[in-house]
Amino acid sequence: MGRLLEIEDLQVHYDGPRGPVRAVDRLSLCIEQGETYALVGESGCGKTATGLAILRLVEPGWIAGGKILFQGRDLMGLTEREMRRVRGGGVGLVFQEAAAALNPVMRVGAQIVEGLRIHRGMGRREAWSEAVRLLRLVSMNDPERNVRAYAHELSGGMKQRVMLAIALSGSPALLIADEPTTALDVTIQAQILALLRRLKAELGLTVLLITHDLGVVAENADRVGVMYAGRLVEEAPVAGLFEDPKHPYTRGLLRAMPTTGRDGAAGAPGRRVRLQTLPGSVPDPSAPPPGCRFHPRCPEVFWPCALSEPRDLVVGPGRRALCFLHDPSVAAAPASPQARGDRP
Amino acid sequence: MSTKDEPLVEAKGLTRSFAPRGGWFGPKGSDVRAVDHVDLVVRRGETLGLVGESGSGKSTTGRMLIRLIEPDAGSIRFDGVDLLALADRPLRAMRRQFQMIFQDPYGSLNPRMRVSTIVGEPLVIHRIGANRAERKERVAELLEQVGLSPADANKYPHEFSGGQRQRIGIARAIACLPRFIVADEPVSALDPPVQAQIVNLMADLQERMGLAYLFIAHDLRIVQHISDRVAVMYLGRIVEEAPAAELYRDPLHPYTRALLASTPSGRPGSPTAPALSGEPPSATHPPSGCRFHPRCPVAEPVCSRQDPRLLPVGGRRRVACHLVHPPGSGDRPERSS
Repeated sequence: MGRLLEIEDLQVHYDGPRGPVRAVDRLSLCIEQGETYALVGESGCGKTATGLAILRLVEPGWIAGGKILFQGRDLMGLTEREMRRVRGGGVGLVFQEAAAALNPVMRVGAQIVEGLRIHRGMGRREAWSEAVRLLRLVSMNDPERNVRAYAHELSGGMKQRVMLAIALSGSPALLIADEPTTALDVTIQAQILALLRRLKAELGLTVLLITHDLGVVAENADRVGVMYAGRLVEEAPVAGLFEDPKHPYTRGLLRAMPTTGRDGAAGAPGRRVRLQTLPGSVPDPSAPPPGCRFHPRCPEVFWPCALSEPRDLVVGPGRRALCFLHDPSVAAAPASPQARGDRP
Repeated sequence: MSTKDEPLVEAKGLTRSFAPRGGWFGPKGSDVRAVDHVDLVVRRGETLGLVGESGSGKSTTGRMLIRLIEPDAGSIRFDGVDLLALADRPLRAMRRQFQMIFQDPYGSLNPRMRVSTIVGEPLVIHRIGANRAERKERVAELLEQVGLSPADANKYPHEFSGGQRQRIGIARAIACLPRFIVADEPVSALDPPVQAQIVNLMADLQERMGLAYLFIAHDLRIVQHISDRVAVMYLGRIVEEAPAAELYRDPLHPYTRALLASTPSGRPGSPTAPALSGEPPSATHPPSGCRFHPRCPVAEPVCSRQDPRLLPVGGRRRVACHLVHPPGSGDRPERSS
């Protein structure tokens, strides 16, 4: 085990319709070799921008600051040419829109072969047989035949397998999977997630899993980072996050998570179980609230929250939270007892 | 005068085929039977959840119930009235009683209309409110009912978040005090915390207005929180129907079991093993016998030969599976009371 990826004080900005937007603000995290690190949060929280920043693909935005060390090398210092080698080799990417990412007029095999010839210098014949091997690796049925298929002939699940084969073609150390199963049916989602777990074990992959679905996180991640309005507000090992969430936003997300309730959550027959919610909605990214960005929606808000930004605090082994509730320098100060709230 | 157990919408034998999209040069294939002899009932004030994977026919079924898609065969009764026999004019008058909420809160609102026009349009069409001032007042009232502010009436859809747009869509749907709403994946484009807000809003409105919902979704987790009963569709057929709590506690059809088993439990460290291999077959060439048999983990020889019928189990459930109803064992015709 060692650190495969270290992100320090990352800033991703872009021009919004109402002024510059800090899509990612002072984000720091480390991903260990061989683990699955999940980034969760609502749309617009900056999780996708973080993933793309690792590949330096944030245009039309830009990386306004910070360091990204991948295998010890600062990616911010690489030339565009060297960066292309990282994208085709060390870091693979799959995202939600497999259908949109594949070229409709090229056989899927040719799209796998393209990368193999450019990045691994393979000859035609060798690359085609490698493409078949990669399709077999991602459990594509009948890979010899489907290597010659066009995207429209394949189902959503099979297209996502092709995307995975392309992402794996450069033998990456890190796979960034951005909502890889969001567009898929639930039985296919289970297949793709099982495939990711198998690939991780077989190939020793490290995975950055970006998703809004805490159910997927629970079952697939080793560690979790929770993002809100551009900031990483909590980080924890997966069991700790679900058992004892430290940030009120994480608590709200977990409460609002629907389950199938076979473990007793379902009420008596005929009685529906009301979902708990988080009031309000995410702030306008071009005008985030002062202080803690979550404070206008926070059920546990108290006096310092609107005044200044909370510090990134260590709140347990391997755990961080960006919240005044855990800040000893303010916790001693008078706070109304009700505002502190009870832990669920 | 109307009790909750009375059917509001009653569909029998709903069937609809579509010509495959071959384009100019595409092959002339056989028709795709998207919905195949579906019987269902929605009672007054209840929510029937309709779940299934893409291509199962759930959206087509929902749209047929309110005649947004014309069925090829079958009958639909709304409050006792034969909907398919209605001519255009009486159908239009009837339409204020059933409305639709769409999945895409971005695509289903006209970007050039102010919220007041979007929400007020049904009032104009159905001649509700004597004049502009009265309608304006009604729009303000509707916006408050869905958790928006009356001041939002002058804004355009792009000024709202996805969840707020879905509230606008709901305000439009309830404007004419309908009795039945088909909600087609109303929350699947939204983030989970926003999903919870919208589902709770729909539940509140249901209670206040006595609405009945057909709630179409592919995510079984969310369906549980709004549905009284749930019907599961696979390749154009209903394969199981049960009171929600019973369906989640004790699913009988192997497909329902697979759907539930594939749904993430939300418990750390217990990965969901894929319950099914393979993908849903094409509706153009549905498998022989039970349509689920090629993917079914417990299929028996009879399943590929004989098409199971949707038969009652106990008083309140129906299942189409040979393993639940072995062929020839007291096989009763499906037509129940």
